[in-house]
Amino acid sequence: MSGLDQQRSDLLAFTLRLGDDALVLGQRLAEWCSRAPFLEEDLALANTALDFLGRARFLYQYAAEIEGAGRTEDDFAYTRDAGAYRNLLVLELPRGDFAFTMARQFCVDVFDVHYLGALQGSADRRLAAIAGKGLKEAQYHLKRSRAWVLRLGDGTAESRRRLQQALGSLMPYLGELFELDALERRLVDGAVAPDRADLHGSWSAEVGATLEQATVGWPEAPAQPEQRRGGRAGQHTPHLAELLDELQAVTRALPGRTW
Amino acid sequence: MSEQALPLFEVFVRSRRGLDHKHVGSLHAADPEQALQYARDVYTRRGEGVSIWVVRSSDIVASQPADQDSFFEADPEPGLRHAASYKLPDEVDNM
Repeated sequence: MSGLDQQRSDLLAFTLRLGDDALVLGQRLAEWCSRAPFLEEDLALANTALDFLGRARFLYQYAAEIEGAGRTEDDFAYTRDAGAYRNLLVLELPRGDFAFTMARQFCVDVFDVHYLGALQGSADRRLAAIAGKGLKEAQYHLKRSRAWVLRLGDGTAESRRRLQQALGSLMPYLGELFELDALERRLVDGAVAPDRADLHGSWSAEVGATLEQATVGWPEAPAQPEQRRGGRAGQHTPHLAELLDELQAVTRALPGRTW
Repeated sequence: MSEQALPLFEVFVRSRRGLDHKHVGSLHAADPEQALQYARDVYTRRGEGVSIWVVRSSDIVASQPADQDSFFEADPEPGLRHAASYKLPDEVDNM
């Protein structure tokens, strides 16, 4: 592969990774539609889901252009199996209870604010622009998820217990947010991608401060829990296939239909 | 959490081209800050607004239907109270 081809295929893979991240989390949020604790929260969650869906579309559209092989955003979303998806594992975990959804959202929102902030400075102007739009959304998402973490942690015994349980089940999946493989490392060197590992310090401090304020803190663990990884290599939990079954059901039943 | 347990807030939105905040509806929220966030999500997601006010419905002092006559009965000689014949100077854009 020539240098230029390598650059293009790296950029395509990276754009698809970010698109998959956005689509999968957006779908998990959309699953709350009509099931949220009350009407106002239902609408707010659906709005957040739509922000992620919108981000996924921008990224898939860009991926389609980079690839230039006739595939469209819909092809990326609806015709790939779980093994072809490259999202992070933490995003595909089932939505769980409301505390889990909000705890995950909070961890991801803090990360996104830092990551998209850095991606705004990408040498790739299209990604920088997508990040700029996403950053504004992420700042609002964080306002919401942070308020919920505080409310749940400092709320009733039940809400506190559920939040702590959620944090415990998230912990093994959070390390993957900060890992880079060789492909992403090349893009960091080319100033296209931010270095995820660099964000860990500020992320930890910010999440920790909120958890302290929420009077919960991270669950006590005897040691750092073993980290689960594999999303970027297409090695997923069984939950992703279930998510895609629902997401892709109509396309699979009626391929090529439009409405 | 049940919706009934949450206080009611009234929402006022100033639209992009509007000069004043208009009442657009109401919603339930646990506190004013959350009410403001929900107002954004429930009432302004199609670019309707540039500014939002929320106020606890219980903080609104309202006239009562029983006061209808004494509050609102038309003046028999309205001419003196209305500025219908006053000509606005051209410099005044919004009144």
